[in-house]
Amino acid sequence: MTVDDRFVRDFREGQEEPLGVRSEIITGAVSDWTTDFSHTEPEWAADPYPIQDDLRARCPIARTERFGGGWLPTRYEDVAAIAYDTEHFSSRAIVMSNYRPPREIAPVGAVPPISSDPPFHHDARKLLLPAFTKKEVAKREEATRAFCHSLIDGFEGAEIVDAARDYAQHIPMRVISDMLGFPPEDGPKFREFVEHALEGVNLPPEQRVANMAELFDYLLEQIRDHVASPRDDLTTHLIDAELYGRKLEPSHVAGTMALLLIAGIDTTWSAIGASLWHLAKTPADRERLVAEPGLLPTAMEEFLRAYAPVTMARLVKEDMHWRGVDMKADDWVLLSFPAANRDPAQFDRADEVIIDREINRHAAFGLGIHRCVGSHLARMELRVALEVWLERVPVFGLADPSAVTWAPGQVRGPRTLPLRIG
Amino acid sequence: MKVQIDPARCQGHGRCYDLSPDLFTEDDEGYGQVAGDGVVPPGGERGARVAASNCPEKAIVLAEEA
Ligand code: HEM
Ligand code: HEM
Ligand code: SF4
Repeated sequence: MTVDDRFVRDFREGQEEPLGVRSEIITGAVSDWTTDFSHTEPEWAADPYPIQDDLRARCPIARTERFGGGWLPTRYEDVAAIAYDTEHFSSRAIVMSNYRPPREIAPVGAVPPISSDPPFHHDARKLLLPAFTKKEVAKREEATRAFCHSLIDGFEGAEIVDAARDYAQHIPMRVISDMLGFPPEDGPKFREFVEHALEGVNLPPEQRVANMAELFDYLLEQIRDHVASPRDDLTTHLIDAELYGRKLEPSHVAGTMALLLIAGIDTTWSAIGASLWHLAKTPADRERLVAEPGLLPTAMEEFLRAYAPVTMARLVKEDMHWRGVDMKADDWVLLSFPAANRDPAQFDRADEVIIDREINRHAAFGLGIHRCVGSHLARMELRVALEVWLERVPVFGLADPSAVTWAPGQVRGPRTLPLRIG
Repeated sequence: MKVQIDPARCQGHGRCYDLSPDLFTEDDEGYGQVAGDGVVPPGGERGARVAASNCPEKAIVLAEEA
């Protein structure tokens, strides 16, 4: 048997500095949302929906010169068209920031498959799909439920708890670290990695590179540990996986692990938090769900529609005239699934949360070939988290509405959520 | 009534087999599959319509039988 020496050497050594293009960092209050939008300003983080509704009505493809230039479509129809059109829009970068990775990294990208374009994309994605089917993730339901109960046991005696920090955050962290086979006590480290990748888009480049390096140091350590003692988990699965008759490039293994950590935590944390926030401020919906637990799966889809946590980005491939605007190669497109989900042309009473909405063709998990690989896992976690909470804490409300804070950037959900439970 | 899934559109969101498990199942990669021959049993029409109208990719085709 040959020894797997792919990970002995740090795969980053000898790699050229990625060139790419950096743009000037522009922050500060937005002057006009139609020509200067920014998803990183506090106004957007606090409540993006009125901004999106206003843009949809009067400037459905808004523009900004920040981040080196980009567009923000707010109609469902346009968001869907872009998600489906991988000919003209590339996923080689999916976080709108001041750095555009070089064109040569397509079609693989840094973090396959989310950063990949066809034809490579589908092959990288296929490696993950079997581990994330509904049937497969159902096997984790019992452990997830027990973990949720243990978090609530920890509230014993408290009158006010922070549901974002002390509950929602821990659930996806535990689930994904179990799936990857990482030590459970490393949870708090992941928190930092995620924050750096998603919330630090306006930090200086040196800082971003240093932050990224820390994540990859950690992953390499875990990979080496798994090469030495393989187990039945996703890390070993990726180390052993083959594509085109060969084992994966070390950077693909690490990149995909990073993606699962980053894509799996903030997102689900945000969905659980936003659902609890809604129920805390809407006693009628809370009481109805406590009385009719069977309605939860339907209600949950409505929370995913109305408070969709994830916005993606694309880069325009070539100069083109697109639905009335002149897009230039390498312009960003901020792909707002949250805005699409509130388009009145697609949904009746789009701005209302209707927990028994029966027809709900929402796009919270994306559309087209990049449909969230983790959607079945996320739905399981969200349902179990809400079931356990409503069973154990049927009566709760916002302790201080002004103390609630929301994550800025492309993944949006409550980060401080003080609830009165006693 | 008969249900079909257009495999070129289906991306495996799983709304169909979540909502109407007697008409749809999943394959090993999570893509939707029609259970059996796709003929909707009497009384199952509502389930078929609910699945079709919740599929984010509009991949479910309902055919009214002649
Ligand atoms: C409520 C929670 C979640 C939401 C709202 C969400 C949303 C999304 C969205 C909108 C995309 C599409 C990206 C695009 O079009 O560029 C995506 C992709 C992805 N998500 Fe999620 N996600 C969630 C949870 C998770 C979890 C728990 C995991 C895994 C542990 C995960 C893994 C992925 C992966 C691997 C992709 C890339 C798929 C591809 O490019 O083929 N997500 N997610
Ligand atoms: C093969 C491994 C990777 C290397 C060598 C790498 C390296 C870099 C470098 C040098 C930058 C430029 C920093 C800047 O100027 O802002 C960057 C940006 C970035 N990286 Fe990574 N990275 C890798 C994987 C990842 C992973 C796994 C993620 C998380 C999903 C990620 C997310 C980001 C984000 C969000 C940015 C900001 C700019 C953008 O997305 O276009 N990277 N990376
Ligand atoms: S709901 Fe639509 S996309 Fe999802 S599995 Fe069923 S047919 Fe496929």
